[in-house]
This record gives sequence, C-alpha cells and structure tokens, in this order.
Amino acid sequence: MTRTEDARAPSGIVRLDRPTDHVDQDVEVIRAPQLGPAGWARWAWRQLTSMRTALLLLLLLALAAVPGSLFPQRSADPNGVVQHFAQDPAMAELLDTFQLFDVYSSVWFSAIYLLLFLSLIGCVVPRIRHHVTAIRAAPPATPKNLGRLPAHQRDIVTNVPLLDAVDEAERELRTARYRVVRAQESGGQVSLAAERGYLRETGNLIFHIALVGVLITVAIGGGFKYTGQRVLVEGQTFVNSRLAFDSFEAGRFVTDDSLPPFSLTLERFTVSYVTDNVNALGLADAFVADVSVSSRAAESRTSARIEVNSPLSVDGSDIYLLGNGYAPRITVRDPSGEVVFTDTVPFLPQDANLTSLGVVKVPDGLDRQVGMIGFFYPTRAVTSAGASYSSYPDLVLPVLTLNVYVGDLGLDAGIPKSVYQLDTSGMTEVAGGESGVAALELTPGSQAELPGGLGSVELDDIPRFASFDIAHDPTQVPVLVAAIAALVGLSLSLFVPRRRVWIRATQLHSAVQLEYGGLARGDDPQLLPSVESLARRIASRLTRTTQKDHS
Amino acid sequence: MNLPLDPISLVLVYSAIAVYVGAFVGYVFAFAVQTTNPIRRLVNAGGTPAAHAGGRGPQTETERPGRAARVGYALTMLAWVLHLAAVVVRGVAAERVPWANMFEFSITGTALIIAVFLVVSRRTRVVVLGPVVVGVVVILLGLATVAFYVPVIPLPPALQSAWLVIHVLVALLATSFFGIAAVLSATQLVKHRHENRPAPAGRPARLLDAVPGTEYLDRLAYRLTIVGFALWTFTLMAGAIWAGRAWGRYWGWDVKEVWTFVIWVVYAAYIHAKATRGWHGNRAAWLSLVGFGAVLFNFGIVNVFFTGLHSYSGL
Repeated sequence: MTRTEDARAPSGIVRLDRPTDHVDQDVEVIRAPQLGPAGWARWAWRQLTSMRTALLLLLLLALAAVPGSLFPQRSADPNGVVQHFAQDPAMAELLDTFQLFDVYSSVWFSAIYLLLFLSLIGCVVPRIRHHVTAIRAAPPATPKNLGRLPAHQRDIVTNVPLLDAVDEAERELRTARYRVVRAQESGGQVSLAAERGYLRETGNLIFHIALVGVLITVAIGGGFKYTGQRVLVEGQTFVNSRLAFDSFEAGRFVTDDSLPPFSLTLERFTVSYVTDNVNALGLADAFVADVSVSSRAAESRTSARIEVNSPLSVDGSDIYLLGNGYAPRITVRDPSGEVVFTDTVPFLPQDANLTSLGVVKVPDGLDRQVGMIGFFYPTRAVTSAGASYSSYPDLVLPVLTLNVYVGDLGLDAGIPKSVYQLDTSGMTEVAGGESGVAALELTPGSQAELPGGLGSVELDDIPRFASFDIAHDPTQVPVLVAAIAALVGLSLSLFVPRRRVWIRATQLHSAVQLEYGGLARGDDPQLLPSVESLARRIASRLTRTTQKDHS
Repeated sequence: MNLPLDPISLVLVYSAIAVYVGAFVGYVFAFAVQTTNPIRRLVNAGGTPAAHAGGRGPQTETERPGRAARVGYALTMLAWVLHLAAVVVRGVAAERVPWANMFEFSITGTALIIAVFLVVSRRTRVVVLGPVVVGVVVILLGLATVAFYVPVIPLPPALQSAWLVIHVLVALLATSFFGIAAVLSATQLVKHRHENRPAPAGRPARLLDAVPGTEYLDRLAYRLTIVGFALWTFTLMAGAIWAGRAWGRYWGWDVKEVWTFVIWVVYAAYIHAKATRGWHGNRAAWLSLVGFGAVLFNFGIVNVFFTGLHSYSGL
C-alpha cells in the first residue's frame, strides 16, 4: 500500500462484491464530511472485507506460521519444549510469553486467521447474492461496436437466409453451452448475446465456503476428538479407558463414556530386517503387530494386524502403530531368593540400532530402595575405547547393563514421576558410573548380585513392545468432504473460462455477414482461439462457402 | 540386486547433464542472436503490441525460432530422454517409485521441470526461459549427484504407502510449475526496470530486448502458477490424508506441514494480488518469487536440516 492510497483510505474503499477475476479500477473518491459511529463501523467492515485486507491477512498468516517451524511446538514436539526450558530457562520463558511454543493456538495466530475468515465471509456473502442475480440474468445486450472487443472477426456467408444463419449460430452456441439471448435490432440486424462459464464464479464461491466449512468442522472436531498413547509389551492387554493410557488428550466434550470399551492384546510383534542389500543392512522393512481385539462389533475375540500406514479400526477409534522397542523382563530377588520385583520394562530406543535406555525402580522388599538405570544393547559391540554400543537392531548378542543406585526413590512425596526417569538426587550410585564398582552385566537367563548383599537381579527374556496411538475424530469425514469441495471449487474457479460472445448478423445484398465479438471475464488464454473455432463451426454448419475477412 | 542398475542410472544422469550443457549453450546463443535481431528488438522493446494483449507471445507470430533455439530445444529433448531413462532405471533398480529420498526427489523433480518447460516452449517461446531453466537444472542435477546421492535401499515402513506415489509426485509436479513461473516473474521484474526507458538510438543491443513485455510475462507466470496452485492444494490434502493413515492425525503442524501451508498461503496471496489494485504486476511477481523461495526452503533446507516426521531425505 502506498502512502497516497493510504491518505484517502476511508472513502477510497473498493467494494468486493465482485468476482475475484475482477481487477479493481480506481473508484471515484467522494469525501464524506463526518462519520458517526455507524459510519465508522461500516467503514471498518468494508476495510476488513476488502481484497487488499484479505491479501495482507494472507501474507500475515504465512509469516505467522513460520515461527512454528523454528521453535518446538508443545502439540508436535513436547520434548523439544522441555529441552528448551532446560537449556536456557530465561529465554524459554520469554519465548513462552509470546506463545512461541504454541504458535497455532496462540492469540496472535488465531486473531489473524479469524480476521481472515471474517473478511472472507464478508466478501463472499455479497458475492453470492451478486452471483445468484447474474445466473438468473440474461447475457448483456450486444454492444454497438463489436470491433472494440478483444476477440473480433467477420465472416460472410452466401446463399443462406439471414434468420437461418442466426438459427444455426444460436444452435452452435447452445451446443457449446452458452446461454443465448436473441435480439432484433434496428436496420434489420439480428444479434445473439451469449455467455458461458458461470461455474467459474460458482466454483470460487464453493471454494471459499468450503474453507469456512473446513475451519468450522476442525473447530467442532477439537471438542469431540481424543487421542491416547499406550505402550504394550507382547502378551499385554489394554482396555480402552482413560486411565489405561500412558498419555491422553481429549476435547472438552469427551467423557469417560465416549470411549468404547474394547480391549486390545498385543500377541506378537515382528520386525523384519533387510538382509540382501549391503547398503541397508539392519534397516527394518516391516513392523507387524499381531493383535487380538474384543469389541462391541464382534462377538468373540478377533485377530488382526496393525502395521505402519495400516491402522486398525475398532468401534470408531483407529489404532495406529507408532513405535517399538525392547522390554526386558527383569526379576529382582532379596538375599533369601524371594522375588520382590518382576516385570517387563520398556526401554526407550536411543538410536537406529536400538541401543535403549530404561529404568527399574524397586521401592519395597529390599533393605533399601533400589533404582537402576539400564542400557540395553540388542547386539552389543565395544569400541576401541571400551564403550559399548549396539551394532544391529535385532537380538543377536543382547546385553543389559545396569547402574545401581540406593537411597530414596522420591516416590513417597506424592509427586508423579515418569517411569522412564530416575531421580538420583536422593540416591547413591553403588554400581557402574563413578561408583568404582563395575555395572551389572546381564545376558538372557543370567543373574547378577546387587552390591552390598542387597539381593540379585536376573534377566529372564526380552520381549518386544509396541507403542500404539488410539485416536478418535468424528469430524474426519466432514473435513475430507469440505476439503474435496474446496479442491473442486478451486479448480472450477481457476480453469473454467468465463466468456461473453456476441454475434451480429447483417444482410448484405445476397450475402449475410456474421460479426463476432468475444470478451473474457478474468484470465482466459483461449479466448481468441475459441471465438475462431466457434466461427469455424458455425460456418461449417451453414455448409456454404465463406469468405473470411479477418479484421 | 542381480544387475547393477543403479550405476547405470547414474551414468544416464551424467549423460543427461552433458547433453543439457550442450542445450544450454544453444539456448544462450539463441538468446544472444535474438537480442541482435532488429525485428525482435522492435517488437519486444516496443511495449505491448496487439498480439500481446490477445494472449499469445509476439514471437510465435513474428517468425520461426532461430536455428540455435531449435538446436537448444532438440538437445534438451534428447537430454530429457536420457534423464527420464535415468529416473525409470532408478525406479526399476529400487523396485518402487523413484522419489523416496533427496537424490530421487532431485532427479525426478528436475525431469518434471524440463517436461513442463518443453510443453511451455512448444506453445510460446520466451527465449530467456531456455538458458535459465536448463542452466538451473544442470546445477541441480550436479548437486544431486554430488551431495544427495545415496545407493538404492528399500523403503522404510513409514513410506510404504500408495500415497507416496501420488502425494510426492504431485508435489514435484507443482514445484515444476512454480519454478518455471518464478523464472518468468524474475524476468518480469528485471524487464520492468528497463521497459519504460526509451532506448536511445544506436544503443548496443541488450539481452533484455529479446524478452517479451512484462505484461505478457506476468500473464504467463500467472497461468503456470494457478496450475501449480491447484496441484499444491491437492498435495496438501493428499498429504493430510496420508498423515491421517500413518500418524493418526491429518494435521499436526509438523515442520513440513507448516511449510507446505506457508507455501499454499503465499500462492493464495499471489492469486489474490492479481485481482487487487496496486498489487497487480511487480508486487505479485515478488510474491511469486517469495512463494518459490519457500518451496526451495521446504525442499532443500527443511528436508536436510530440520528434524520432523518427514525426515526422509535419506542423507
């Protein structure tokens, strides 16, 4: 926007109850003497619904979306946010003040898109009225001078009565899906006024309305959808209820009753690895979760398979396979051999070869509380410096090492603790790390003594775990329908040409002159060829020799 | 892995590059020759002749393309056949569609750019497109073989979906349309700076004289962009559907999703700008460049340097 345009903004507003293919012309500026509150409101509304505002809001929206890709977002990458806070709390605090970790639900982002949609509605509603009138109206009367139109040509046909020529021309126009009106003009001339391509504006309106539809359905969907994550070790069963999830997020209208009570058992989790390509050895090429499900729909338990890109639908919820890893089964015994802890412990993968990290907490049964931080190597290899790592993701040479801590696990304070983290602030390291005692090292079936005669640890076996995402979004289909409508509307509005064609027939002694004029509304690369071909088809309909006279 | 098809594909890419360089030379020569052609200078420097306004380039109507331009076109065609063969062989070697990592995106994407360019050049000859498009493709292909090359490996499970075929292919095609349009918009901006100055008599010929008027460039860029925009809209939606299948949500503001959205909005702004007083012309051309800048960022920077769910660069 230039300064000169700014200076006369209040009255120089361009109304946009017009097709988007319309290019604004300078409007006559009328200086309003004084604006009352209603006048200012009207001014503001017109400003908001002007194309220029829409354009600026679009540019702002694009700009405002960018920070969401530069800073981690709580919705997509909560761990990234946590890391930010850990590394530079003051900076993170500042970023958080500007909602830069929640860009897409931030006040400023919402303000932009809500204004944009308001502007869109304000622009589209009058255009709907305008378009309904245009659809009902007859094509505008034939201009006096067709020679001034962008497409123009004259044909002479002989041995055809004038009215027959006009009839044929009208038939051809109708075949080409033009709406046609015939007019008897003074001086014995007959003219046809024709227009086509109303779908261009219809499509444009459908596109914009569909976008509003997408926004509304997404907003409604936000209240009714839920998504939860759950880790299942082979053999474990999960019953769909809020408490059974490891993490759960739901819209405000989701109640405990909204969750269908199906149950899901992970029977087996299979990973297959590439073995015949040296460039991809160890790359997984399939993850398959064999599950059994009991649901409302099925009478008995049914077997099913969940893969990446291939979710399982149960009672309106979809179950997705998102991750996997190993969950070593660990048993801890007291000095007398009594089992005080036995469970599968999911270890979180740290790299492509599934070097995994996990935590074992034994609060009761031993003389002191024991916490262990474990590293699991599916195929253990050792660097020349003596550090262990995993060299292959499958279980070829599985080794579990455990650093042992004794002291206070911090579980009694009533503060929820992550099962994947060990708070070592109240504990002493007694094996591994800096303790001077070697970390415990276990292979499947082997056993190791805890330091200080506390007891023993055994690695029983190593089942796999899979992490599932269970999601329900009742608005998925409506959003899809709206999106498809938007795409169809968009294509119509961009590619259907809107054209007006006029044909005037004049009797010249023994011949009839057909004069063509064509006008495009909006961008139309095919205007000239289309008028040419229309004239050619009319000429061939008349099957008479025509004498072309291109002007 | 019986036949070493992958190296054959690479040899075909190198061959294509060599022939493209030949085509580039031809086009540069054609550009220079046309600049010194007095008829052309008259037509192109003189603003907007009637034929312009009607929507066709002046050059299609004034005369046939010169010999150098025809050589450039023929060599581009030949190089493109080699290029296409490289893409197909890569696909056969991988036993899947050849667009699943940066190297493959690059070779397939550039093949599509050339395809769009060949079609556009048949319909209208904007002499500046030849050297620029072919030159850029040579650079991109060189970059792809040097920086992005990875041997064939099977698809990770996340990419094993029919949507890979359609979503990525359409995204690359949209990129091709946006790319050619961006070249036209850039030319338009450069041309604009010189268009309104009358050429003093006896002034030596300038390269820009061979370029059609800004209005024509503007319109051609618009036509290509709207095709790109429709394709990009489809890309965005197909991507959302795929995300819904793979990750349990159709939109989650993943880095790639953010940039796809930004690109979509910028081009939406471009289309609106074309119908807004004061934004038509140069400002719209700038938006077209910003849009394509975002496309390049999304492809080159986001794929390689950002981490997100779309980390499939294979690097």
